[in-house]
Amino acid sequence: MVARHEKAVRRGLLIWYGQLTTSRRLALRGAALAAVPGAWLLVFLIMPLTAMVAVAFAGRGSYGEVVWTLSTGNFRRLAGFGVLGWSADYLLILGRSCWVALVTTVLSLLLAYPLAFFIAARPRRTRYLWLAAVIIPFCTNLVVRTYAWMLLLSSQSPLARLAAAVGLTDPGSALYPSRAAVYVGMVGSFLPFAVLPLYTSVERLDWSVVEAAQDLYASRLRVFLQAILPQTLPGLTVALILTFIPAMGAFVVPDLLGGARYMLVGNLIQQQFGSSRDWPFGAAVSLGLMLLTLAGLFILRRRGTAGGAA
Amino acid sequence: MSARLPRWVTLSAAAALALLYVPMLAVAVVSVNASRHGFAWRGFTLAWYARLLGDRSVLEAAWNTVVLAAASTAVATVLGTALALGMSRYPWPRWLRGALDFTVYLPVVTPDIIFAAALVIAFSVLRAASGFFQMGMTTMIIAHITFQIAFVALVVQSRLATIGRAVEEAARDLYADTRTLLRRVLLPLLMPGIAAGAMLAFTLSLDDFVISFFTAGPESTTLPILIYASVRRGVTPEIHALSTLIFLATVLLVLGLERLTTLAKE
Amino acid sequence: MSGRPAETACRGPSGLVRLAPDAPDLAVAGVGKSFGTVRVLHDITFTAASGEFVTLLGPSGCGKTTLLRIIAGLERADEGEVTLCGRVITALPANQRPINTVFQNYALFPHLNVHENVAFGLRSRRFPCDQVDRRVGQALAMLQMEPLARRYPHQLSGGQKQRVALARALVNEPELLLLDEPMSALDAKLRAEVQLELRRLQRRLGKTFLLVTHDQDEAMTVSDRVIVMRDGAIEQTGTPAEVYERPVSRFVAEFLGSANLITAVRQNGCMQTAVGRLVPGRMPDWTQGTLAIRPERILVRRQRPAANAVAGQVREVVYRGDHVDLFVEPGPLRVRSAPTTDLHVGRHVWLELRPEHLVALRD
Repeated sequence: MVARHEKAVRRGLLIWYGQLTTSRRLALRGAALAAVPGAWLLVFLIMPLTAMVAVAFAGRGSYGEVVWTLSTGNFRRLAGFGVLGWSADYLLILGRSCWVALVTTVLSLLLAYPLAFFIAARPRRTRYLWLAAVIIPFCTNLVVRTYAWMLLLSSQSPLARLAAAVGLTDPGSALYPSRAAVYVGMVGSFLPFAVLPLYTSVERLDWSVVEAAQDLYASRLRVFLQAILPQTLPGLTVALILTFIPAMGAFVVPDLLGGARYMLVGNLIQQQFGSSRDWPFGAAVSLGLMLLTLAGLFILRRRGTAGGAA
Repeated sequence: MSARLPRWVTLSAAAALALLYVPMLAVAVVSVNASRHGFAWRGFTLAWYARLLGDRSVLEAAWNTVVLAAASTAVATVLGTALALGMSRYPWPRWLRGALDFTVYLPVVTPDIIFAAALVIAFSVLRAASGFFQMGMTTMIIAHITFQIAFVALVVQSRLATIGRAVEEAARDLYADTRTLLRRVLLPLLMPGIAAGAMLAFTLSLDDFVISFFTAGPESTTLPILIYASVRRGVTPEIHALSTLIFLATVLLVLGLERLTTLAKE
Repeated sequence: MSGRPAETACRGPSGLVRLAPDAPDLAVAGVGKSFGTVRVLHDITFTAASGEFVTLLGPSGCGKTTLLRIIAGLERADEGEVTLCGRVITALPANQRPINTVFQNYALFPHLNVHENVAFGLRSRRFPCDQVDRRVGQALAMLQMEPLARRYPHQLSGGQKQRVALARALVNEPELLLLDEPMSALDAKLRAEVQLELRRLQRRLGKTFLLVTHDQDEAMTVSDRVIVMRDGAIEQTGTPAEVYERPVSRFVAEFLGSANLITAVRQNGCMQTAVGRLVPGRMPDWTQGTLAIRPERILVRRQRPAANAVAGQVREVVYRGDHVDLFVEPGPLRVRSAPTTDLHVGRHVWLELRPEHLVALRD
């Protein structure tokens, strides 16, 4: 219906939402409303991102300032072609980030589904309490939550003692910085992001479809894949986006729980804007991250819509 | 929906909730532990909290955090609502609509760190050009407003879509002029959406670390930045206390807002 | 809000005065509309007299709702004119037309209670508060909604919402009331009751109502005049009886109730058909075409009737409670008969197709 109305906007009078007006006046009013925020976003969102693209092609001066040239040096460096020959260091970091983000997303979704169903199964009166229970960590600052994991994984914590007793680690050592700690921290951070959108879909589930599937002799797995999963697809898509994207750019969790040896893209970028003072390279890495994120999103959505399991 | 959940679903849900809460509870427990390091229980104490409240830098950081969130939310709500109204209530040509939609979705789909890095670059360019935009509260507020506008606009847009066309046409059919329409129909119906957008923006600002970290200046520490800096130096019990306080504040905030929305519905 | 005799002058909020005492309330002339490349209305012309209940009847997509919205001022016609009480209103915006609409899903203001919803139009026109309260009270009383005055739309049932929408429109005493498929959101049983109530209400008020619907039962129940529309053009207008008994085209014949359509060729002053020689009430111009007769108008005779006789054999009998549907070969002709008939499958019968009920269609 809206498209038809938009087509009707020719020069001159038109009726828009019951009001007789000219397309000119409408456009002016719309522009007046959208002008200030639009300009703001142009200056503080579009322009910075464009500047970043430009800087990615620039060079670094000896004191760390930006030298405006046009070279693909940074990208070549990212691909591994350094001064001392080819090394896969940076590509490794990129690859590791993709993998960690992927694993985090999958694990988060695996945990989020049962939790979403659990909340949806609560009686209506108490449901908001359970939702609040998920929203509270969602709203708590990421640094605070990651820091809590640091405490829980420190050498004197019961968990570390337990791991030592079972023989997984040496006695007296902390469980972080380590790869496992990063995964745990990531899943813990992003789980609320996955649960909430998934819950909105699960709440609207049409159970008659599930019952129909059961009536038609489907096995438990089939019921889930064919009757439940497709219905939760919208929520699943949002959950995917909200988990995968921040996970790709994660910085706090790998920094605090992973340490210097387990570097992810986020840490690499932060380094370029911090201690290394190599903005052009940082910009190039950021662009690389952006591309990878979009590519990864695209693939995951494709897989999702093709009906594959989470 | 009947509560005929399989056992493993309930167990898995419990595990997920444990994953979310055990760390914070551990911090809370340790924050009242009289021992300086480690988990060994040495008695209940609120000494760390007292120390915290006497610490200048902590109070300043807390103040900065709240000011940042409040100021940015206020501006972003107004701008975001205006953007949503301007975008969805006017018949823009398709290309322009596409460009606006893309711009609004950009902060949502861009990882924080990319946006933060881009802003650092942009602010330095603006600094060179104008002499303003020193890294500090101003740049942080600007950065927060920028991504908040997008979220507020999205929330308000979805509310506008729910309101739909028929109610406005009915108002016109009943002799309303534009002023009456805005005052007595559109704005009252839009209020819940605007409020939701504002709450979301406020939460996002309080929750943010990366963007604040990159755009902060030497004098403008916020609580997350303070904690991060402390933690890198070494864990102290005051930080346990601070974390617990922040967590409690979040709990109160969420439950309080929950109460407000249920009250508003009745 | 008492009923007004139709001869008084039109007076609405825009100060319209009837230019001629017998001018129709509503006159639509040559209205056309396209959405992009799709032509939705062609050259629509009709009038509605004062106090008449007119229905625009047609299948979905025939343009009837668009036409209604053009009259209301919510759409703009590409060509043509709309005149109300002798004054051209085509260029007036919706909020200046003395016309009110009952929307399909009622479009009640969700944030206002029933009283405030109904008062909206009066308050927009800056009526003084005491007058507003008095008129709203009268409107609610007329539609038996007084006890629910403080309720909110989400607390009302479908039927109640419809009454509020009606009250909200009627309280403004419009010259013309438009109704956009007002029964479509109600369940079947309620629909029948509401149709009768709506008719009685209109009679009592003496106002001109224009209703849009795809339900031919509704059209027949409430209307003084029916305008059948198809693909953006008017197929036929007339009273319900005229349109039902004497359809001009296959479309109208099949849209209102069921009809037996018999292909005929003109020969020597009568019609040659597959079921025999028939003479319709009025001979048409064409040499080849279709005749139509309603199932309930075909009479079953024991002996061969004098004129328009058809010899047939009963092929199927369907009992329907208040009548029996017979399917008779050749044809098959569908015949509606009394339930006490002793006819059974295979029985040979004589059918009489009386000329006054046998209509020659245009196509």
